[in-house]
Amino acid sequence: MTAAETPPPLIRMEGISKRYGGVRALENAHVEVAPGRIHAILGENGAGKSTLIKIIAGVVAPDEGRMLIGDREVTFRSPAEAAAEGIACVFQELSLIPDLSVADNIVISNPPHRFGMIDRRAQRALAEEALARAGAEDIHPRAAVKDLPLSRRQMVEIAKALASKPRALILDEATSALTAGDVAKVFAVLKRLRQEGLALVYISHRMHEIVELADTCTVFRNGRNVATFPAGSRSNSEIVQMMIGREYSNVFPARHRRPVEAGKAPVLECRNLGWSDRLRDISLSVGEGEVVGLGGLEGQGQRLLLLALFGVLRGMSGSVLVDGRPVTINTPTQARKPPLSMALIPEDRKTEGLMLPMTVRENLSFAALDQVAGGGIIDRKKEQQLIDDMVRLLEIKTAGLDAPVGALSGGNQQKVVIAKWLMRKPRIILLNDPTRGIDVGTKQELYQLLRRLAEAGAGIVFYSTDYDELIGCCDRVLVLYDGRVVRELKDGEISERALIASALNVDEGQEGTAA
Amino acid sequence: MSEWRYWLNEQRGTLTGLALFVVMFAVYAANHPAGFTANVVHTAANKGVLLAFVAMAQALVVITAGIDLSVGMIFVLTNCIASWIVVGAAVPTALGVAAVLMVGALCGAINGLLVIYGRLQPIVATIATGAVYFGLALLLRPFPGGSVNETLADALTGRLFGVVPSSLVALTAVVLFVWLPFKKSIVGRAAFAAGSSEQAAFMSGMPIRRGKFAAYLLGGLLAGMGGLFLTFFTYTGEAAYASGNAYTLWSIAAVVLGGVSLYGGRGSAVGAIFGAFAARTTGDMLFAFDVDPLWQPLLQGIVLMIAVSIGSLALLRVRNRLDWFQ
Repeated sequence: MTAAETPPPLIRMEGISKRYGGVRALENAHVEVAPGRIHAILGENGAGKSTLIKIIAGVVAPDEGRMLIGDREVTFRSPAEAAAEGIACVFQELSLIPDLSVADNIVISNPPHRFGMIDRRAQRALAEEALARAGAEDIHPRAAVKDLPLSRRQMVEIAKALASKPRALILDEATSALTAGDVAKVFAVLKRLRQEGLALVYISHRMHEIVELADTCTVFRNGRNVATFPAGSRSNSEIVQMMIGREYSNVFPARHRRPVEAGKAPVLECRNLGWSDRLRDISLSVGEGEVVGLGGLEGQGQRLLLLALFGVLRGMSGSVLVDGRPVTINTPTQARKPPLSMALIPEDRKTEGLMLPMTVRENLSFAALDQVAGGGIIDRKKEQQLIDDMVRLLEIKTAGLDAPVGALSGGNQQKVVIAKWLMRKPRIILLNDPTRGIDVGTKQELYQLLRRLAEAGAGIVFYSTDYDELIGCCDRVLVLYDGRVVRELKDGEISERALIASALNVDEGQEGTAA
Repeated sequence: MSEWRYWLNEQRGTLTGLALFVVMFAVYAANHPAGFTANVVHTAANKGVLLAFVAMAQALVVITAGIDLSVGMIFVLTNCIASWIVVGAAVPTALGVAAVLMVGALCGAINGLLVIYGRLQPIVATIATGAVYFGLALLLRPFPGGSVNETLADALTGRLFGVVPSSLVALTAVVLFVWLPFKKSIVGRAAFAAGSSEQAAFMSGMPIRRGKFAAYLLGGLLAGMGGLFLTFFTYTGEAAYASGNAYTLWSIAAVVLGGVSLYGGRGSAVGAIFGAFAARTTGDMLFAFDVDPLWQPLLQGIVLMIAVSIGSLALLRVRNRLDWFQ
């Protein structure tokens, strides 16, 4: 198809805004998707891509703006309503029902039926046809989805989207778990669909895929669409440049690295760490007083790496060394005890970090109970003193220590999580995106705290989806892509540009053009 | 893998329940003084069929990842109502039966509304409604009593052609005309999908609410059928609190033995029936082996505990330990 003439758009989104609490995810976004085109959406973490897709798919409703299909204005209150308009989505988080069969899943939004009863034979035929169209004939329609490996499930997901005979198909990181052979098949399918006149929206962080597929690109930044251009008209480095440009609103504390004593082994080191196919050959070392950042796009293995170091994953390969001595970490209990003395500050404080209905005091002392207990009995006085120290150190604003943690603000909750772990005086601190959803003031306090802990000699591994934080807080940053470390950025090299370029796994110096 | 192995995989829970029952019943019948006779089978069928109905009711709700702690009380309430109104000539009796079944379905529908639209946890909602249903039962039958159309009762609890227990025929009919259509329908699939992964079901645009509501409603209906059969066996109604609770507890046991996953999304009411008969047979076996009745609850409890433990063996294979808690 020639790009000279663009057909009138199938989906138009005009002035779409969406806020989650105080955070604006989308601000006055405009996007037009034409039939017979593959439209790539680009942007860094939190740029608003996912929210845009969720709005098109009817998963969330926009606060402002309108959406048109053809010339008709539509409002979707559920994914079912979007599906009825011919919009099919392949989500990154799979939307398959694990206990149902492949065939059941493929026809799920509109199973062939007579008198309300599902026609199993017709369903089987439809499923086989859809699997064949997606190039996944190797999958048996009767297999249970939960028994399939991730890459097969993603193919089923694509077949499912095709089976609904959509007018518009939205793919959100739909190839992230596929093998190279599958990707080629899926690309052939997408190109055929383009010829058949479908409107395709393609979100991917893999630049070479976009180069191969896209007709049009739209770049998002801070919830706004900043540029739309025909694919091939901009170079990779120009595109990276467009994605940069966050507003700097945070003040980061100055770095005073302690000089590393010569010959001293790093506090934490891992060599050739691997786990299933999600972590591959990861080596990292963290010296005393050093803050090592983990960067990259979301879901590239950063969280799993922290879990692996903390003894949550089973069946890892490779070795972990603490103070230069090889250790085997089998459980979190072992990880947090001396001599390892690790702490993991989780991202999801509601489920992994805190027991919300319990009081601040109880939450704080859980992690350190053995330090304040004698013979199984908790010494309230000792407990009180330890807690007072922490509340002072972190300036937790709480009406009273006996208030339930659930009543505190997000920022203060996160401080309680951190305080909880600091009470054990950890030497190795792992942080999993700890500032997500907390206010700027608290963020700043956390940065200062991080620095103080490092200066006191702790080794810190800090995963963040916020590039500013990595730039402002870290001595070194390892960028992960597809479960591997693709780049290590040192002091002067850590810039937003370098982070984004390596997160997308493109060479920032490379002046190749997109498509 | 060939077709039948997929079939086997799909039916694994149900077949395990069947195998369990067959083995236990064989051991029981072999040790029964009278042996494997039509009489022994008839008695066992009539004893087991009550729990089978209640267990089917439980299975429907458990499939949606819920639990119904009021099934036993619906069973008791419908028994009390039946002992008042399933009497007289053919027409009043038929109307009475219809009314009893409607009350059962209504009880299930109330549970469903509270869970789906009231967003209450199933365990809390059904404990509360169960207490209400029992309260109503007690008002209706402060003392055991009442009667039932004995012609109908004898027909449904007797034997067909002198061999086949008619209660089993009725149970089979319910499987064919209630369970199978539900399983094959779109709402039924939505119920399974909601139990397996409610989020994915929502993303796929499934009618989750209708599916869950249908499961609770049919659950009430099946528990009502159980109450009706109880009346046919006893010719009376009784607001028996202990019995209602026992049925609720054993319905959960039966569901587990019959291969229905307590996490939802997997299992069948047929499996629950086998589970119910297997659970009943444990009691009978202890009798056949002449075990002191005082020991029975303990031994049955141990059997149940082992059965439930087997269900969680899969957790040993998990590689990311956080998956244990999901």
